[in-house]
Amino acid sequence: MTTATLPYATPAARLGPVTGLRNAFTLTWRSVLKIRTNMEDLIGLSLQPIMFLLLFTYVFSGAISGGTHAYLQFELPGLLVMTVVFATLGTGLMLNQDIAGGVFDRFRSLPIARWAPLAGAVLGDMVRYMISVAITLGFGMVLGFRIGTSPVSAVVGCLLLLTFALALCWVSALIGMLVKTPQGVQMYGFLAMFPLVFGSNLLVPAQTMPGWLQAFVKVNPMTDLTSAERGLLTGGPIGTPALHSLLWALGIFVVFAPLAVRAYRRRT
Amino acid sequence: MTNAIEASGLVKRFGKTTALAGADLVARPGTVLGVLGPNGAGKTTAVRILATLLRPDGGQARVCGYDVGRQAHQVRQLIGLTGQYASVDEGLSGINNLIMIGRLLGESRSQARARASELLERFGLTDAAGRPVKTYSGGMRRRLDLAASLVGRPRVLYLDEPTTGLDPRSRSEVWDMIRALVADGVTVLLTTQYLDEADQLAHDIVVIDHGKVIATGTPDELKDKSGGQVLEVVPADRDLLTVAAAVLAGRTGSVPATDADTGLVRVPVVDAALLPAIIRELDEARVELAEFTLRRASLDEVFLALTGGLGQPDPGNDETRELERSPR
Repeated sequence: MTTATLPYATPAARLGPVTGLRNAFTLTWRSVLKIRTNMEDLIGLSLQPIMFLLLFTYVFSGAISGGTHAYLQFELPGLLVMTVVFATLGTGLMLNQDIAGGVFDRFRSLPIARWAPLAGAVLGDMVRYMISVAITLGFGMVLGFRIGTSPVSAVVGCLLLLTFALALCWVSALIGMLVKTPQGVQMYGFLAMFPLVFGSNLLVPAQTMPGWLQAFVKVNPMTDLTSAERGLLTGGPIGTPALHSLLWALGIFVVFAPLAVRAYRRRT
Repeated sequence: MTNAIEASGLVKRFGKTTALAGADLVARPGTVLGVLGPNGAGKTTAVRILATLLRPDGGQARVCGYDVGRQAHQVRQLIGLTGQYASVDEGLSGINNLIMIGRLLGESRSQARARASELLERFGLTDAAGRPVKTYSGGMRRRLDLAASLVGRPRVLYLDEPTTGLDPRSRSEVWDMIRALVADGVTVLLTTQYLDEADQLAHDIVVIDHGKVIATGTPDELKDKSGGQVLEVVPADRDLLTVAAAVLAGRTGSVPATDADTGLVRVPVVDAALLPAIIRELDEARVELAEFTLRRASLDEVFLALTGGLGQPDPGNDETRELERSPR
């Protein structure tokens, strides 16, 4: 009787892992498309690193290391870390908008993998990080930055940055889930990121800081990441800071990805 | 025969607020079920449960025979959702929104594109296909929402206040689309605040208030249930409004509504045999009549009689909506 009145195919009982991946890639495509079509986002993404480079290079160089070129060689690895860290905020913002705007409710009413929207947002953001890194490095070289190692180690340096960002964006995702409005995401995001970014050896050597701050700088993962980037781009020790950065990335991912997924399940 | 939607005893609480307190809903295949109720009555919560977005705290619900909790994946393959939530992506163009949903539903790139173009054509959005949705007007947005919910050719479609905020022309366009879908065999669950919308479209109506179903039936049955008819009297002399009201009150036993601006007295009438007596008594009270009409109660009056009010500012309502959106 049912089949006579409703001539439709019987729905599948469950979803295969391949379909889940396909869903995630479709949603990655969506995130990338949004970057391409959202001019403001694109302008912000490209101008912010350029602005940071110009400001920090010309405001700080004289005071800190006596010369523009010397300071550029010192700060650029740090600025790469900074731009990528700030760019992870976009993950939380986008997730927050998707939830508030009802887009996630649409996704959840579709027969797709539950984790696909989160994975799609995070993977799509990798493109944003790549743009930030490319612009910072490219414009830095225009200003006079020179890679003192080899192209291979510079590429490794970029990959290390992206790996770290891929972990850190889960913190941003968690904030995006817990906070009600995009403004809130921005505020809490910056409150979390500013001390990390500036309380490190990212822009200035730590030696001039008071002892308690030096203690913080020492345990701050940004310090490890910046040191590793310096080693990979301009020369110096690589092994220990790179290993520490990877361990930090792993630790952040292991703690915050499940928290974000849990918050996502609850919020939606 | 399997009902398209069958829910019994649905209970949902958000903290201290009880959004649903044991609601039953049934939609027959290929019909429109209208769900009416004031803001915060629990309509949206009911739709969210039936769309697998919320888990009920009690009761159970089936869509085409599949349990919304244990067989959510199957249910999601059968339903389409349009409403205040379940929105489209404002940052994408109209066509990319539809292609994205098609791809998520497993269509190939070319299939998804063809289906998207077909739906845009059908909803008169071909010209705006490449524009970002944030540049769309309210009516266009709503049509795209509807198109988005139809990409997967759903058997059951949830429309949560689909015409709220639309101008009369856009509204009647949406109505025509709904009728066409039902003609194709789709079952529609429609929540609305517009009673004429329910009157126009719904085969069956459920009235929800405070999370409970307080009346069910066809639009005609509901109109019959609440007294059925309404007597409207306009005295030629406005000063005699209260006199006329007193006469009507005495004869019908109900409290009449008076409108000082229009000079109208209105009262529900159960027994039409009372009319000669009413006319006689008005005549004896020297109330000259400009107008004396007996008509069938509108769905609005039925609704007012059932819920004791519609559209009054309700301070708790925003909060309830907020809670419905984000539990905890």
